[in-house]
Amino acid sequence: MKDKIILLVQHVSQRQEVPEDDENLFDSGFLNSFELADLVEAIEKDFGVKVPDADMRPGKFMTLNKIENYVSSLS
Amino acid sequence: MAFLRGFGAFVPERVVGNEEIAARVGKSAEWILEMSGISERRWAAPEVSVADLAVRAAEDCLTRSSVAASSVGMVVVGSGTAEHRFPGPASLVAARLGLAGVPAIDLPMASAGSLYGMALASRLAGEFGTVLVIGADKMSAVVDRESADANTAILFGDGAGACLVSGSEGRLRVVDSVLHSDGGFAGDLRLGLDGVLHMNGMAVIMQAGRKIPGAIIEVLARQAMVALDVERFVMHQANQNLILRVAKSVGVPAERFYSNISRFGNTSSASMLVAASECWMDARSVCFAAFGAGFHWGALLAVEG
Repeated sequence: MKDKIILLVQHVSQRQEVPEDDENLFDSGFLNSFELADLVEAIEKDFGVKVPDADMRPGKFMTLNKIENYVSSLS
Repeated sequence: MAFLRGFGAFVPERVVGNEEIAARVGKSAEWILEMSGISERRWAAPEVSVADLAVRAAEDCLTRSSVAASSVGMVVVGSGTAEHRFPGPASLVAARLGLAGVPAIDLPMASAGSLYGMALASRLAGEFGTVLVIGADKMSAVVDRESADANTAILFGDGAGACLVSGSEGRLRVVDSVLHSDGGFAGDLRLGLDGVLHMNGMAVIMQAGRKIPGAIIEVLARQAMVALDVERFVMHQANQNLILRVAKSVGVPAERFYSNISRFGNTSSASMLVAASECWMDARSVCFAAFGAGFHWGALLAVEG
């Protein structure tokens, strides 16, 4: 799952580097607010999940590990 | 039944370009344009009040609509930057329009205030006749300070817009509207009594990017319509990138979403009505939409005939 998430982050951010597992994707410039919204859409599409409105909070998508934990909780 | 009879607007004369803002916040003018689609905004002089802006927009609306102020049966003023905790500007605006005695209501909601005002007016016009809805904000008073965050200081401008909602006549008929609120996000966009604006931009964009399209699709679905059936969309002018995102989400060409944000920035309560005043006359169907602090959001559909 982590590898797939990395690919999605790289795709929406248009960056080829691989962020650290606990690297803050916002502070490091990987994702701005619109790219974060794009990432959530890509996660929903690629993992076949629905992120509820109440979970549309940046904190859940701040790092690769947080994204992985969150998506696992939906699956 | 209610109708949209006319729109009006007022923006201050002083143009504040990105270069001036960039110097204040330590960013480049190009960065501001890329992040927001904003080239310039208008700021009012320090002595100008929210009510001053509101009255000018109301007068423009009444003149353009050929409606005498004396025929207005209710005044609704949306503003998030009123100078006093109470009273809000509505009663003062009504009095300055010669409408002392007419009920005047404040909607201290910021960006969604105009949409809420129009939706409420469309339900009240049957009893009160012609309802004058105004959105007015002086955001420069909030962002023109050293403590302002760069990501928010770049966005905002001052202005006011107005709309006449009539119970009996107007070019567009209000077909339906949907309104929603979720206080679970109240902390993500707020203006404290200390005058400091707190905006969790990421949360705002995540939520607005989903809820605005959702409201548009909801109000249209209730009329068995889809977005492509609507000629023009006028939404709160928050950020050009958000406008483009909403257009894409509902599946219509971006050109159908009117935008004047490059010239005026985000004028909060005023923005949707200012935009409407520039583009509503030649459209046979218009879908309005807004999202703002609260969070509050919604959409309103109006069609010819």
